[in-house]
Amino acid sequence: MAGQLIPITLTVNGTTCRSEVPPHLTLLEFLRDTLNLTGSKRCCGEGECGACTAIMNGEAVNTCLILAAEADGSDLITVEGLSAMPYGARLQQTFLDQGAVQCGFCTPGMVVAAQYLLMNNPDPTPDEIREGLSGNLCRCTGYARIVEAVMGAAGDE
Amino acid sequence: MSNADAHSGITHSGIIGRPINRVGGPERVDGTYRYVGDIKIPNVLHTRLVHLDCGRARIHSVDTSAALQMPGVRAILSGKELPASVKRFGPANRDRPILAIDETTFHGEPVAIVAADTVWAAAQGAAAVVVDYQELPGIYTVEDALAPGAALVQDPALRPNSAYKETNILNEWKFGWGAVDSAEADLVVENDYTFPMMTQFAIEPFTYAVEPTSDGITVYSAIQHPNYLQRVIAEFLDMPLSRVRVIAPDPGGAFGGKQHAKFEPLLAYLALRIGRPLRLELTLEESFQAARRTSAQAHIRTGFQRNGTLVFQDVEINYLIGAYEDIAGRLVAKGSYAGGGGPYRIPNVRILARGVFSNTVPSTAMRGFGLPQMNWPVECQIDEAARELGIDPVELRMKNLPEYGEVFMPQDPPADGRWAETLRKGADAIGWGKPLPPGRGRGISMGLKLGPTTGASYAIVRLHGDGSATVLAGTSDMGQGARTVYTQIAAHELGLSPQRIMVVMGDTQGVPFDLQTSASRSAVFMGNAVLRACRDVARQVQELAAEHYKADAVIVEPGTVEVGGQRKTFDQVMTDRFSKVKGEVIGSGSARAEYDETHPLNGRPAFYEVTCTAVEIEVDKETGVMVFHKLVTVADVGRALNSQHVAMQDDGGAIQGLGHTVMEQYFMDDRGRVRNLGALDYRIPTTMDTPRELISLHVENGDGPGPYGAKGAAEGGILAVSPAVAAAVCAATGAMIRELPLTPQRIWEALHT
Ligand code: FES
Ligand code: FES
Repeated sequence: MAGQLIPITLTVNGTTCRSEVPPHLTLLEFLRDTLNLTGSKRCCGEGECGACTAIMNGEAVNTCLILAAEADGSDLITVEGLSAMPYGARLQQTFLDQGAVQCGFCTPGMVVAAQYLLMNNPDPTPDEIREGLSGNLCRCTGYARIVEAVMGAAGDE
Repeated sequence: MSNADAHSGITHSGIIGRPINRVGGPERVDGTYRYVGDIKIPNVLHTRLVHLDCGRARIHSVDTSAALQMPGVRAILSGKELPASVKRFGPANRDRPILAIDETTFHGEPVAIVAADTVWAAAQGAAAVVVDYQELPGIYTVEDALAPGAALVQDPALRPNSAYKETNILNEWKFGWGAVDSAEADLVVENDYTFPMMTQFAIEPFTYAVEPTSDGITVYSAIQHPNYLQRVIAEFLDMPLSRVRVIAPDPGGAFGGKQHAKFEPLLAYLALRIGRPLRLELTLEESFQAARRTSAQAHIRTGFQRNGTLVFQDVEINYLIGAYEDIAGRLVAKGSYAGGGGPYRIPNVRILARGVFSNTVPSTAMRGFGLPQMNWPVECQIDEAARELGIDPVELRMKNLPEYGEVFMPQDPPADGRWAETLRKGADAIGWGKPLPPGRGRGISMGLKLGPTTGASYAIVRLHGDGSATVLAGTSDMGQGARTVYTQIAAHELGLSPQRIMVVMGDTQGVPFDLQTSASRSAVFMGNAVLRACRDVARQVQELAAEHYKADAVIVEPGTVEVGGQRKTFDQVMTDRFSKVKGEVIGSGSARAEYDETHPLNGRPAFYEVTCTAVEIEVDKETGVMVFHKLVTVADVGRALNSQHVAMQDDGGAIQGLGHTVMEQYFMDDRGRVRNLGALDYRIPTTMDTPRELISLHVENGDGPGPYGAKGAAEGGILAVSPAVAAAVCAATGAMIRELPLTPQRIWEALHT
């Protein structure tokens, strides 16, 4: 029923991982259950909330929508590898300082999405930040402090 | 500073009130915090629920034979095969079965559970379970439920002592004072209002695990009330409390939806039966079917004198609840009782509130606990009167606010805040009365919620031999920042830096009892318990210092004793005393609210949570689309123990309120199926919906019953959003809409038809 296992090799936060995965396994499940990298969260499982956001080959992706098998050969950054990224540690600090973290369940996806945004636009306007984070749902903060936090981390690294 | 007085004024260490960062924040920004779903349990089986695609059905049979043959499937339990000895459960009435037995009573009620080696195998197994059932007509609206001869949602045998057992009414509450019928008013405003069916939508979906152990059972749940769950499980299994351990990691958002047991009893039963640990992670769609806010319909008549003085309030409100009581009795009573008058002086009030059963998703608590449903009509009425009488809405409200210390509800404590200050601050911050560009409008509204009328919180503080401290407090920190606030209290009282303090929560095996995390109680009740435990520690340190240095010792300021003419920090005393002989000092504290059978709610509120919301919006009349320019929340919090945390809560409450005000609602078809389960079709506010300016302010007069004069916070921000927005839409367009949410479609229709 599970079908045969598919061998994959990918780089996660700079470490090479080899595994054999069932064809139905999502990248999010692979990260959380196989690699025990539980920082990426599952909320909707259908690409609508952004809690599972990671950076794959330089693009922000919803890992719940990607099969682990499809990630073969990719280079992945998850929240666990964020602090080594340009902006990563700074974003983590501004999120704390601005009070952008309440329950924190959206936060890993949110900071990774913010990292992606700043990589591509180091000096965003508040509107650009809103646009860039519009795929990440937060039920706690009301977002204003999240936008502030990203503003605070922006600028040259 | 005296050890006895928990309510003494602000003190000078500077940590109280300071916006220190969220305790628990670093492990949330780096992804290392372990939420319940991140905990791995060895040998666990994964489970999946089986449900039917209709609102109500008679179950003829459940055929599990094919599913049991699927690879990896280990066990299946259906409601049909449940022994009669398996109890029902519920926080108030035990009316809910762990699985549907003969009938499903709402869309999403599980008929069976499949346990398997993997999540995938469990899902495959669940898909292979064959249920032979017949769809039945259901009760989905208040009208259906109250129609003469309506089918009964709940079997009368489940509530043999209820006077309403032969109806779909859970209960009817009648509150009030004065004499509405003989009150003379110059203007009577009379309208109907509705509040939609919507859901808490914590970003963390419901996730549970249960592990049988050699000496009892361990339940993992991101529950707001670990001790309540412990009791529900102990009663369900006939086990002593001491054998039931609830591990409750900080929830990834809760908002009331995670107050009470849902699938923990089911997992506990099956785990014991098959002797394996079990885990259940609901999909977001299933989470939508597990909990929602109570929807409501109100008919309201409000009487005014020509000068704007409120004369009477006459409300009938029906709250549509699910097929089981859950906490609805409390919610309807408390929500309607306080909401009927709002924060105003009204001499004549009559409230008739009902909880009405239906075949819909189980309704439970949500931020505001029945109040947003009531505050919506109450405040809209005031705006309507203001328009009719030609009086400014701020002035009309000012006129009717009680003075500080004035009794405004005859059986309740007098006004405990300077609420005119709250309203004035909101009006000033939104620029009330200043000219606006065309197409824009402002609205302002107030809200009052009763603080907790019950409460029992116990805390333990351990001052260790090296002068660091551990605080044991049974609150759930679901994002409101309880960990931070208790850290600040202990830091202040023990003279320690926050880094030397650890707050431990969420494990009934070691953390003392707390009634619940709800009703904005935790800063006040558990806050006082923590403060008293710290002062108990301080008293013991004082004794210990006298003994150790063989001199008189006095506490000169928090965390410092003077002994033999020398000042010593607690830290020094502890290290001096315990460097050779090891040990620690253990303090305990508690805070309770007493049962009062003379009060309509069996207890007087510990404080009032009063808020003002003011908005500035713009409406595109061609499309009905609304743009939010500014939203201001002002909360009377007595004393902000952490100014940033208070503002964070009000920001969040405001945007949640904006959700039910402009976009959130379940769409149900005539077969009782919710058609927009999940994030794709049920929209909550995103970054694109947040007002351009979101401002949260507070009023602090140090007049609350909590530590240093704090009152509760965190729910107020949601109470008054809807009426403020409706008033602003009316100001911008002339259209007054009394049905939530105020979608573009509704606004467009109001303007064009
Ligand atoms: S879990 Fe992947 S987008 Fe929601
Ligand atoms: S902080 Fe709770 S969902 Fe964003």
